[in-house]
Amino acid sequence: MTEKIVVENLYKIFGAHPEKGLKLYQEGFSKDDIMEKTKQTIGIADVSFTVNEGEILVIMGLSGSGKSTLVRCINRLIEPSYGKIFLDGVDITGLSEEELRKLRQERFGMVFQHFALFPHRTVLKNVEYGLEIQKVPPPVRREKAMQSLEQVGLKGWEDSYPEQLSGGMQQRVGLARALALDPDIMLMDEAFSALDPLIRRDMQDELLDLQERVQKTIIFISHDLDEALKLGDRIILMKDGKIVQEGAAEDILTNPADEYVEKFVEDVDISKMITAETVMKNPIQVASFAHDGPKAALWKMKQAGISSIFVQHKSRLQGLVSADDAVQALKEGVKDLTGILQTDITTVLPDTPASELFPLLAESSPVAVVNAEGRLKGVIVKGTLLAALSEGVSNNGTS
Amino acid sequence: MEHLRIPIGRVIELSIDLFTEHFSFITIAFSQVTENGIKYLVKAMMFFPPWTLILIFTGLAWYLSRRRGIALFALIGLALIWNMGLWAPTMSTIALVFISTLMAILIGMPLGIVSALSQAAYRIIMPILDVMQTMPAFVYLIPAIPLFGLGPVGAIFSTVIFAMPPAIRLTCLGIRQVPVELIEAADAFGSTKSQKLFKLQLPMATPTIMAGINQTVMLALSMVVIAAMIGAKGLGGEVWKAIQRLQPDRGFESGIAIVIIAMIFDRIMQRIGNKKEETETR
Ligand SMILES: Nc1ncnc2c1ncn2[C@@H]1O[C@H](COP(=O)(O)OP(=O)(O)OP(=O)(O)O)[C@@H](O)[C@H]1O
Ligand SMILES: [Mg+2]
Repeated sequence: MTEKIVVENLYKIFGAHPEKGLKLYQEGFSKDDIMEKTKQTIGIADVSFTVNEGEILVIMGLSGSGKSTLVRCINRLIEPSYGKIFLDGVDITGLSEEELRKLRQERFGMVFQHFALFPHRTVLKNVEYGLEIQKVPPPVRREKAMQSLEQVGLKGWEDSYPEQLSGGMQQRVGLARALALDPDIMLMDEAFSALDPLIRRDMQDELLDLQERVQKTIIFISHDLDEALKLGDRIILMKDGKIVQEGAAEDILTNPADEYVEKFVEDVDISKMITAETVMKNPIQVASFAHDGPKAALWKMKQAGISSIFVQHKSRLQGLVSADDAVQALKEGVKDLTGILQTDITTVLPDTPASELFPLLAESSPVAVVNAEGRLKGVIVKGTLLAALSEGVSNNGTS
Repeated sequence: MEHLRIPIGRVIELSIDLFTEHFSFITIAFSQVTENGIKYLVKAMMFFPPWTLILIFTGLAWYLSRRRGIALFALIGLALIWNMGLWAPTMSTIALVFISTLMAILIGMPLGIVSALSQAAYRIIMPILDVMQTMPAFVYLIPAIPLFGLGPVGAIFSTVIFAMPPAIRLTCLGIRQVPVELIEAADAFGSTKSQKLFKLQLPMATPTIMAGINQTVMLALSMVVIAAMIGAKGLGGEVWKAIQRLQPDRGFESGIAIVIIAMIFDRIMQRIGNKKEETETR
């Protein structure tokens, strides 16, 4: 494995007199004390680590722990106060402004938490930006930009403006903009934090897919351990500007270095990792609101051996019909399900954690798992959840 | 108390004298450029029979604003001006406003850019603008006389100075409003300062800058009227004559013509600003 980036004893102290902050820091004062005594803020302090070629390194920590400062020091959007950064063995802390610009153009791609797309440019023009400032001829940059858009699955959107796109799509544009330059290093500062959980998981999957193909060296900032575990080949945990632990996901989970890390790790409990999607059963039979009357519904329930059945109309879940009501309706000679449809049923999204499912299952009726479009994906009853959990626990215990 | 008086006025007077004596080449150059500018512009406009110009202006109003109402207003308004026998002074007013606005923008926008990008420039320019914008308009006529004498050049000089502050201020504001995140993104891709300015800051500031230019046009129009006192011709000159000769009818007619011109300018400028915004946030 080759070392791509080596960071040595890097400090960033915000304020007019970093040397005062440094002195106190080396005397062992805390970040808060230093702030109080000298009005200097420790952004990052004495940070050393390496990033290997082709790996995803995740930097984690609570808000204010210095993650953004660190990643911006690496491409010198923030000028480090002390220390060295080697890129392929060359120290980049001493580069001139001109050399630095060239370095940023050719080596670094950056993706931002709030996308930072240029609102006055179309999607294509956004993706072309990096190439445009390198004065790449228009046909070439257009082609590269289109390729890059295709990579992130946004073909056909090139003439839209960013604000016409959803958050997830905007961040794909952000990703495409960085990829268009074919940089060897990607800096991603909480790139997925502003997305809602479902989209966020999709994006994580896609980043992993993409990484299989493009093999970049990625520094990914996150404040979410689940995300870090999923993406990171290695994880660095930061607190108050310092690195508290560094290692593979496994090390951090099993040997938390201190209470701070332990607190992080505690959050990933098993019932959070198991979701509705993993424990649900396929609905064996579903009644159609348009075609089925009480008789057909009863027949389907009998076939599946269940005492109530979900009713769909045009691929959207409408409600639930119980066998008792269906029998009653049949006796009265009713031909459709309108009168006996129970619409106040409990539904959850596929990624709802198991911990949130328990209270819902307290009542005896089944819970429907529906996707964002309202389509029935599965059914959960109390028994299935308990079975899945005990399985999950034993699996997790042995791995 | 007399001997303790701080000689602010005297200092200003001396510096104007100094300027007229040693930097007259600047004032002469300015005179020639503006004098010729006005002369040819007015000549060109008077070359056409009024009705063709009215149609051209109406078409232009429609083209720029894409609003039938505004075009119709321009048509009727300009026809009324012609009918009142105020065509020639109106053309000369339009020429004065056009040239002053152009100069105010050419000087004001770069100053706005500089004050947006340099904190030092900002600290110097903004207080000056504050003073300029509270100073009564008439005061600007005073230095024009020793520098350029009576006539349209002095009027344009005063007008440019009077109308410039919004162009500076709103250019500066527009650029400063660009979110730091976007600046950071542009930096992260290795943009030079001028690439940042032309590809990000100015395009994003355009709607704000257009609002500034609109204000500049309106100020220029009002000042051009006042500047009749130092010999700017045009509609202001008609009003000034009417005051001196006690002809209220003539005075009011000219006043109405000024209002018509102002409204046409304002509506068109507003639409240009909005249209820009619409296409940008489409
Ligand atoms: N420009 C600045 N001037 C002064 N202090 C700063 C500056 N930028 C960051 N800091 C301070 O440096 C510390 C680290 O900030 P940083 O933004 O790197 O944290 P972070 O880990 O990215 O947090 P978040 O999760 O909220 O993004 C904080 O105490 C912050 O207040
Ligand atoms: Mg941050």
